[in-house]
Amino acid sequence: MLNVLILLIALSLVLTLIRFLKGPTLADRVIAFDSMSVIATSLLVVLSFYFNKSLYLDLAFVFGLMGFIGTVVFAKFLDKEL
Amino acid sequence: MLNILGYILGFLGVILFFISALGLLRMPDALTRMQAATKASTLGSLLVILSVACFVPQWTLKLVVLAVFILITNPISSSILSMSIYKRFKKDVYNTSGADALKGEKL
Repeated sequence: MLNVLILLIALSLVLTLIRFLKGPTLADRVIAFDSMSVIATSLLVVLSFYFNKSLYLDLAFVFGLMGFIGTVVFAKFLDKEL
Repeated sequence: MLNILGYILGFLGVILFFISALGLLRMPDALTRMQAATKASTLGSLLVILSVACFVPQWTLKLVVLAVFILITNPISSSILSMSIYKRFKKDVYNTSGADALKGEKL
C-alpha cells in the first residue's frame, strides 16, 4: 500500500520533469522547478516513514528551504534585477 | 484506525499531486500552468505531511513545523515568480481589457 503511494508521487515527479525538459521558455522551466521541489519534499517525508529514519525529515527541511531560495533567485533573474 | 486515516489523507494528497502535474503538462500558457501547479501542490504536500503525522505520532512536532513552512513559503515564491513573469512576458499574457492591474489601473 505504501509502495503504491511512493510510486504515485514519483510518477507525478516524472511528469513534472517532462515539462522541465520540454518547456518552451525559461518561465516554464522555473515553474516546473518550483513544483518539483515541493513534490520532492513530500517524497522525502514519505521515504522517512518508509525507511523509518528521522534523518530524512531534516533533509526534507533543507530541501524545502533550498527550493524556496532557488525559486526566488530565479524570479529575480527573470525580472533582470540580478 | 489512525492508519486508515493516514492512507486516506495520503492518497488524497497524491491525487492532488497528479492533478497538478497533469495541469502543468496540459495547460497552454505559462501563467495558467503556474496556477494549476502551485495551488494543487501546496494542498497536496500538506495532506501528505499530515498523513505521515497520522502514521508516526511522535514526529508530529517536526512535521507540523515543516507543513507551516511550506504553507508560508510556497504562495510567497509563486507570487514573486508570477509578478516577474508578468513584467517580462507582458505581450504574451492573455489580456482582453488592456489595463495593467499591477500599476493600479482599473479594469
